[in-house]
Amino acid sequence: MERCRMVFSGSGGQGVITAAIILAEAAVLYEDLTAVQTQAYGAAARGGATRSDVIISDTVIDFPKVIQPNVLVCLTQEAYNKFFDIIRPGGLLLTDTRYVKSQLKVDARQRELPMYQTVMEKIGKPIVFNICMLGAVIGLTNLVAQESIMKALKDRIPKNFLDMNRDALALGLELGKNSQ
Amino acid sequence: MTRRIKFIQGNEACVEGALYAGLEFFAGYPITPSTEIMEHLSKRLPAIGGKFIQMEDEIASMCAIIGASLTGQKVLTATSGPGFSLKQEALGYAVMAEIPCVIVNVQRGGPSTGVPTHVSQGDVMQARWGTHGDHSLVTLTASNHQDVFAMTVEAFNIAETFRTPVILLFDEVVGHMRERLEIPEPGEIPIVNRLRTAVHDGVDYHPYLPREDGRLPMSDFGGVHRYNVTGLVHDMWGFPSDNPKIIHGLLRHLVDKIENNASHIAMYKTFYLEDADTVLVSFGSAARSALHIVKSLRKRGEKIGLLELQTLWPFPADIVRRYCNKASYTVVVEMNMGQVCQMVKTAVDHRERVFLANRIDGVFITPTDIKNILRLIKGRGV
Repeated sequence: MERCRMVFSGSGGQGVITAAIILAEAAVLYEDLTAVQTQAYGAAARGGATRSDVIISDTVIDFPKVIQPNVLVCLTQEAYNKFFDIIRPGGLLLTDTRYVKSQLKVDARQRELPMYQTVMEKIGKPIVFNICMLGAVIGLTNLVAQESIMKALKDRIPKNFLDMNRDALALGLELGKNSQ
Repeated sequence: MTRRIKFIQGNEACVEGALYAGLEFFAGYPITPSTEIMEHLSKRLPAIGGKFIQMEDEIASMCAIIGASLTGQKVLTATSGPGFSLKQEALGYAVMAEIPCVIVNVQRGGPSTGVPTHVSQGDVMQARWGTHGDHSLVTLTASNHQDVFAMTVEAFNIAETFRTPVILLFDEVVGHMRERLEIPEPGEIPIVNRLRTAVHDGVDYHPYLPREDGRLPMSDFGGVHRYNVTGLVHDMWGFPSDNPKIIHGLLRHLVDKIENNASHIAMYKTFYLEDADTVLVSFGSAARSALHIVKSLRKRGEKIGLLELQTLWPFPADIVRRYCNKASYTVVVEMNMGQVCQMVKTAVDHRERVFLANRIDGVFITPTDIKNILRLIKGRGV
């Protein structure tokens, strides 16, 4: 596979860092790929624009940070304003319609998906917004299999919440696939 | 299969390594960016019958591990720069009293409380010379989780072999980054356990009389032998002495037991050095950026390689000399103002061929930063 460099951004509490860890974990533990995950760390990450970098590859990864992502996800306007211009030309920029008004001025495939709205309509709990986003990312990129994400989720999430997460992942996957 | 493969932070890889090496006792005080080591050990150690204590501060933590080590336990503490400063007095005591112990310093920006959440490699000289007096000790580092694990195991082995404090000098990037770790099977990495005295109860035991090979068999404190332990210069019974012969003999022993074994303790990795005319020397997380740029410049046909140091102290001067002496350019990549660069300059014949590629602004040095500095050094501009 081609090396994929991703940046997930949003605001503290939306679960973008958790989503990044789950994706990287799924790739390493269940698909035998190489992955590295890092995150912006510090007082500024609380409440402000938070960011997590993930690199997935089938070879060794030396430099662990992402400078120009192939895939950039922005879940808030602040994160979008801060990060939109780091996207690699020809990359994929995914935003949420409820939170981000994008300006369509970068050289990238831009996808504005109603992830938050769909989660609220079909599930009613904003807590799985990040998992829906993750579904959309793999729906658009086919980076890892849906089952691998589910296996990684099983390791970290209480049983009672598993169905809700499975539904959110499926919703995101559908949104992603439909806008490929 | 999945149980032995983990996707975790570097700090957790250190925990796994310590447990693999037989850690039994941890005392510490939480500090960014080392806290995860303490957090994970607070759950893991009690589960296997070990002891975990959160002490009132870093000084007490260092003192607690010294005491615990004397009673026969394998011990660890973890901290960052400000805490490492506080530990220096007790660290010197551990050197003098020859107490096996492992101290992790996950480096952040300094001096003082500095930049808690940002990366730095500014504690290299402090690790060596933070405590006063002529002495020697061992400092190891690592750039990826597999090596963090291996170096942690090695740190315990060296501490037990030479009865010395060993410092693990990691940094914020390696500590917090998540990547794959494959935990070796038990026995895959050899474990050195403590050399205990064969002297029976009631027979005169000399706690500070080295064997011919320089090693000192220990007796668990509070066990069968009564003996004295002090930070003062001491004789073979452990009692204070100001006899010039004893002072001289002890200082020589403390330094020689490490320095005479420097070649055994020297661990390093080489990448593309066979024909390299430009040699990068790096360690810790900075070595990842260095390796990245080496691989990318190699693809363009440049004769560049990397020497990654894993042992920082005793400084592996022979190794550095072997790989750098013939190079037209030796470039030390580190996130400080040239602490290892100074040492590299003393190891080679032509110090004017040694350059520094660094960043000291709390931002992780990138391959592009190194590439730009290389171009400047070679007079090609940026």
